Amino acid sequence: MSTSDSLHLAVALSDAGWHPAAWREAGARPAQLSTAGYWADLAATAERGLLDLLTIEDGFGLQSHDHLAEPDRRTDQVRGRLDAHLVAALLAPLTSRIGLVPTVTTTHTEPFHTANALATLDHDSLGRAGWRVQVSVRADEARHLGRRTLPGVRREHLDTPETVRLVAELFDEAADAVEVARRLWDSWEDDAEIRDDATNRFVDRDKLHHVDFTGPQFSVRGPAITPRPPQGHPLVAVLAHREVPYRLAARSADVVFVTPHDADGVRSVIGEVRAAEAAVGRGNADARSAGAPLGEPLRILADLVVLLDQTRAAAQERLARLDARAPLRSDAAILATTPSDLADLLLEWQQAGLDGFRLRPAVLPDDLETITDALVPELQRRGAFRTAYDETTLRGRFGLSRPANRYVTAGSTA
Amino acid sequence: MTRKQIILGAYFPGVNHDTVWSDPASGSHIDFASFAHWARTAERGKLDLLFLAEGLRLRDRGGEIFDQDVVGRPDTFTVLASLAAVTSHIGLAGTINSTYNEPYELARKFATLDLLSGGRAAWNVVTSSDADTGENFRRGGFLGHHQRYSRAGETLEVVRRLWDSWGSDAIVADKESAQFLRDGDVGEFAFSGEQFDVSGRFTTPRSPQGHPVILQAGESPAGRDFAAAHSDAIFSRYQRFDEAKTFYDDVKARVAKAGRNPDEVKILPSAAVVLGDTLAEARERHAEIHHRQVDPWTAIVLAEMVWNRDLSHLDPDGPVPDLDPTPDAPKWIRGRAPLTQDAHATAAAWRELGREQNLSLREVVKHVFDRAVFVGTPETVADEIDRYVRDGATDGFIVGSHVSPSGLDEFVDEVVPRLVDRGVFRSEYTGATLRDNLGLAPPSRFGERRPIDSSVAS
Repeated sequence: MSTSDSLHLAVALSDAGWHPAAWREAGARPAQLSTAGYWADLAATAERGLLDLLTIEDGFGLQSHDHLAEPDRRTDQVRGRLDAHLVAALLAPLTSRIGLVPTVTTTHTEPFHTANALATLDHDSLGRAGWRVQVSVRADEARHLGRRTLPGVRREHLDTPETVRLVAELFDEAADAVEVARRLWDSWEDDAEIRDDATNRFVDRDKLHHVDFTGPQFSVRGPAITPRPPQGHPLVAVLAHREVPYRLAARSADVVFVTPHDADGVRSVIGEVRAAEAAVGRGNADARSAGAPLGEPLRILADLVVLLDQTRAAAQERLARLDARAPLRSDAAILATTPSDLADLLLEWQQAGLDGFRLRPAVLPDDLETITDALVPELQRRGAFRTAYDETTLRGRFGLSRPANRYVTAGSTA
Repeated sequence: MTRKQIILGAYFPGVNHDTVWSDPASGSHIDFASFAHWARTAERGKLDLLFLAEGLRLRDRGGEIFDQDVVGRPDTFTVLASLAAVTSHIGLAGTINSTYNEPYELARKFATLDLLSGGRAAWNVVTSSDADTGENFRRGGFLGHHQRYSRAGETLEVVRRLWDSWGSDAIVADKESAQFLRDGDVGEFAFSGEQFDVSGRFTTPRSPQGHPVILQAGESPAGRDFAAAHSDAIFSRYQRFDEAKTFYDDVKARVAKAGRNPDEVKILPSAAVVLGDTLAEARERHAEIHHRQVDPWTAIVLAEMVWNRDLSHLDPDGPVPDLDPTPDAPKWIRGRAPLTQDAHATAAAWRELGREQNLSLREVVKHVFDRAVFVGTPETVADEIDRYVRDGATDGFIVGSHVSPSGLDEFVDEVVPRLVDRGVFRSEYTGATLRDNLGLAPPSRFGERRPIDSSVAS
């Protein structure tokens, strides 16, 4: 099975799973969520399933029943989490093939630190790093840093002019942060380190570049501290539900995670993503020479919350049992079904134009184990999923080229 | 009677002239395999901790990127978290700036590192001394000396409150009774001071050490007081026995004055080690290494660090120049910690040294920058390390060499066993955490929630 034919399957790791009652399941390990062993076991299971990549959720605020809301005072659900990037760094030497894609916010972090940290994750994992770019709109998260005041966003006010303006600013800042990161990743040419005894030079300084980015929220001079990562650029991913984030994905990302709820939804969301790509001139040679957009089309993965069991009835019964404890609400479609039925649906939606899926296991480790032990073999039987890892880098797995370095000119390579 | 136990750390060969990249044994300074080799070697020797330095911008000279020494390094937090996966007992110490990082992020990252490593995280708190570092950060600019320590102090205060905002028993995780948290307000914090006005709820549960170990490297009187009041260990550059002992006595007195037990703060100078089968061989090897470390051009550049002006027209084999330093001119070399607080006095001292001993500029620089304190056979080096600790000049050392990643191998294989034989160094790890291994008490209020206080604390 070649790279281009295989369905792409990612897994989204979060706490004890995406269902708020997941932590109470028999197999759950709620007291170990902050330990290395828990994450190492999840990563090993995902890698055993030959999955493309794993993502790790994060945020500067505590989990809440609504991700836009301030933290609540509940004691009956999982609260508290680790820095996702460092969890990914821990997993780098413990895994060998799976992509490692932590969530890192752009709203409160230093783009310079973020770029060096992701480059280092790529070095430590030998070319398997990615970045799920996230913005933070929550007022409580802004107060944690104390550097700026954000009014927050209420779900019922998403379309007010104030909210629209705020969201546009935060997403523009995210695009700037990715732009800075990509420039910093290019700020060392691949062969900048020369160790030339004859001239007593460790680097060729003509192959190190200032990035000189100036934007409304930050300016960064560069070059990076960390040499260019193995992939050139780690894989950049964005979760998007609406036009503004589609636009961020089109401007800045390699992969977009979307949330259609049926096959028609798949077709319409793909249309919106492609429209956003056209609107920002992605892939357009004139636009590229003018600066931002990337050449290759976005790889589109649909998010699905999955709860798998041997029969559909058993799966739905389990979901009902969990929902009775705490109802699951999700931006993504929720599927409580069998691995075989899920395989049917994945292939049907793939036919509608998707490159793959990011599965959010309702319960960890249970539903991840079922993905690896039942869903993947089912897809393999149908010739729809790889039977071994082939490409060694994460970009390569998605058929993405290693980006050319924007600072390399014909003259400097000669 | 049990002998006082020596503390030993290992530094990764640095981004400076001490690291001889042209040595045939010199490997990558970026690849994780280099860090893993170094870490596994140190852990094989049962050393206490690994130590990574910091760089927030590439160094430049006269506006051009400085290309002669090792350039570039990976991100410290990322490397330490990856090292947590390939080691099991050794401490993981990172030098992280308090000027260009926010307390909330620092607290999260160090708590995460401590959780993932099972209680092995340490933070060497530094402030930025280089105005131009701001070019890479939101804050821009830089802070004056007083403000830097004010910010560092408040940073530590906020970070410790955040670490204390989760009790060690905060997570119940009782599936039957559906109680995950003991209290619904876990993580609550507030702080208002000169530098920070922050509040909310911290995300990361209490880590095994409660508070990761705090290291500092204060040199000025204010810096020493700060370190004495706030740190668990102090990294120093005072290596010769007399200056090390003077520093040790001075800082321990400051610790006592700050109302703490002097044993609560460990003093750990850095020390490069050069070994040989005989004393003569070790000295010859050291002379060779040092000759390469301070080559003619490096001698000029290090002099420029003091003079703060272009000295490229000078002959390194000629005398120390009579030119005046220009410390107030725009910085000629950027991205390096200053070598001196008083350029005129340092220049005068160099001139005097040159005259008295009839040394060239390069020879003076070699003399001043001779960082290898321990040159000898494994036996004599073990003797010396033992003597420094026994005679109260230090609590231990952070050791390293001129070459990555194999530079630590000989020390671990040859010197460490001799320290173990003398009964002054462990043969197995005994503690569960870095704090345990260093003989540091758990942080005060360990496992208890501190009362929330929104007024200025310090």
